[in-house]
Amino acid sequence: MKFVDEFRDPAKAKVLIRKIQALIPQIPICKKRPLQLMEVCGGHTHSIFKYGIEQMLPDAIELVHGPGCPVCVLPMGRVDDCVGLAEHPNVIFTTFGDAMRVPGSRKSLLEAKAQGADIRMVYSPMDALKLARDNPTREVVFFALGFETTMPSTALTVLRAADEDIDNFAVFCNHITIIPTIKAILDSPELTLDGFLGPGHVSMVIGSAPYEFIASHYNKPLVIAGFEPLDILQSIWMVLKQIAEGRCEVENQYQRVVPDAGNTPALQAVHEVFQLREFFEWRGLGSIDHSGIRLRDAYARFDAERKYSVPNLKIADPKSCQCGEVLKGVIKPWQCKVFGTACTPETPLGSLMVSSEGACAAVYNYGRIDLAEILKKREAAANEARVAQQA
Amino acid sequence: MNEIAVNIEQRIRQRSGKVRGDTITMAHGGGGKAMRDLIDDVFVSAFANSALAPLEDQARFALSQLARGGDRLAFTTDSYVVDPLFFPGGDIGELAINGTINDLAVSGARPLYLSCAVIIEEGFALADLRRIADSMQRAAVAAGVQIVTGDTKVVERGAADKLFITTSGIGVIPLGVNIAATRARPGDKVLVNGYIGDHGVAILSARADLALDVPIVSDTQPLHSLIEALLATCPDVHCLRDATRGGIATVLNEFALAADICVNLDEPTIPVREAVQGVSEILGLDPLYFANEGKLVALVPADRAEVALAAMRGHPAGRDAVIIGEVSDTPKGSVIMHTAFGGERIVDMLVGEQLPRIC
Repeated sequence: MKFVDEFRDPAKAKVLIRKIQALIPQIPICKKRPLQLMEVCGGHTHSIFKYGIEQMLPDAIELVHGPGCPVCVLPMGRVDDCVGLAEHPNVIFTTFGDAMRVPGSRKSLLEAKAQGADIRMVYSPMDALKLARDNPTREVVFFALGFETTMPSTALTVLRAADEDIDNFAVFCNHITIIPTIKAILDSPELTLDGFLGPGHVSMVIGSAPYEFIASHYNKPLVIAGFEPLDILQSIWMVLKQIAEGRCEVENQYQRVVPDAGNTPALQAVHEVFQLREFFEWRGLGSIDHSGIRLRDAYARFDAERKYSVPNLKIADPKSCQCGEVLKGVIKPWQCKVFGTACTPETPLGSLMVSSEGACAAVYNYGRIDLAEILKKREAAANEARVAQQA
Repeated sequence: MNEIAVNIEQRIRQRSGKVRGDTITMAHGGGGKAMRDLIDDVFVSAFANSALAPLEDQARFALSQLARGGDRLAFTTDSYVVDPLFFPGGDIGELAINGTINDLAVSGARPLYLSCAVIIEEGFALADLRRIADSMQRAAVAAGVQIVTGDTKVVERGAADKLFITTSGIGVIPLGVNIAATRARPGDKVLVNGYIGDHGVAILSARADLALDVPIVSDTQPLHSLIEALLATCPDVHCLRDATRGGIATVLNEFALAADICVNLDEPTIPVREAVQGVSEILGLDPLYFANEGKLVALVPADRAEVALAAMRGHPAGRDAVIIGEVSDTPKGSVIMHTAFGGERIVDMLVGEQLPRIC
């Protein structure tokens, strides 16, 4: 397929892998431990597993799967609020597909739907607005979710609702912003990350400037990356090249989509409709200041949190769940105590097991070969060490 | 046509044209005259055949005749609840015939007789019901099977979604044919008879909520004559299934688990139309899991793979057949995709439905 196959060319991949390998000896850290790179965005995690990129990389590079899956970081209490809203007798609750299965403390939206709540899957907030237009006696609530990628479409829908004076439409706003979260991760004392692959779609909206502090204050290189496998390999090579040359910069590999200044009309709509919350709860990461988004007072009549009573209870994650440590890259998905046993895609305990962009689900669905190989490698290394000791 | 059949045809024609009104009402399921009229007018007149015509409570066949075709009966049933009822390339009626024919045919059986039970929501348009019954008959005639018995129920508005159809079928398995999921062996080649995912995408694009204009039609077709051609050149087919809901990924996982082997897929060889690939890219779905209604997956011994492939390609339903992979011993119970990009990944069973990703 045109504009897709070009970015999945195995011959070019081999060239990039060789270039990546060639850089390893020039990076001193690699002699002591694997270099840790975090791909922030869930879309990258999905591609990495779908194309088997991790196995192609040299052992000296370790990918840490970051917090950029909006479904994964949604706290259980918010899912409960969604279910509560959806169970209002006159409400049509609209949501993106992959939020349907996220477990709440009582039930998921999928279960609420089976029990009679009017929940409909939409592909765009504009579809939800159309439902409101077509059903004037019902109240339509749109479950707004996602980073800056989906924020503009929600903002434009609210502006349209205001223009058309559609009163039976509201947004349950769970939009979040990625920058404070990257900052929280960088401030974490457990941090061992050496560089970042920046989120391509978010950057398409916000541009590259908001990441500058990562390079200037935290001395970590960041490369804004596209989502095709060659994009990811090239971005990894670019991060490594910076490290090898002792640079820390924000670079843009995804120039065909991401303008350095971002998308001004989209940002204007976002600023018009939304403001930052004081703090917002992230699943696994806890409360992060100024990371959540709400509707401005001027648009309060479209705010489901003000239109209905939304309890917004904080529900603790199950004790055995280690999603937070996985999100921060402290442990690998399979090192979690319940990975693949109590927590599977069929019975997800943690949210990382729910969405196909979640690191745990990605490893579970696509990566069990890697896992077997990793285990084999470890066993072999342990044996070698034992043999060496005995000798 | 013999004399008896002509008489039956006349009787059927005399009975037809009796349903009044444009929509189905509860009266049509009440067991009285209105129901009788509906059955005669819509179903019996469409399905006209000598086994159905006497309108006894069951169809009857001579065992001796069945026994001439083989040594075992195959018997299957399937329900059809597709939404929308009419979609690009077909409708629920055609699906209900071809689907059950295919479930019989993948055992190697020659499909012979089908039943047809319908559950109709009151208010359903009579014209649509006629259209669907005619479409069932056309599909049955094209495949050389007869619809010999049936049932009609009408339920209140909201108790069913427009129309549900259940068809059961009987076929005869020829002597010596032994197809089973447990027979997959290391070395076997994996064959598929053409482009995958067409039906799933045709249904997706026909749904009003998704404003996608995709030039894809359902692949609904009967597979028994293709399978006959395949078995004629390669009687020792190990495994055979039609890849409906859950797509080829699900069928291959079933083989891998049943025979405790590993199915290796070679991504570049898997036939996916560009438009189907495009829909998958946009929605974040995987064509391996899309439904098909006229695609089979066959596992055949390696030394017979080329002749089996040629036999399939020589048949209209297998023109685009290809070899997409092979079976190995380990890792047991799994399906592994060797990606075009040079990596590997597990192709697992789906947990629930495929849900589109947010971004």
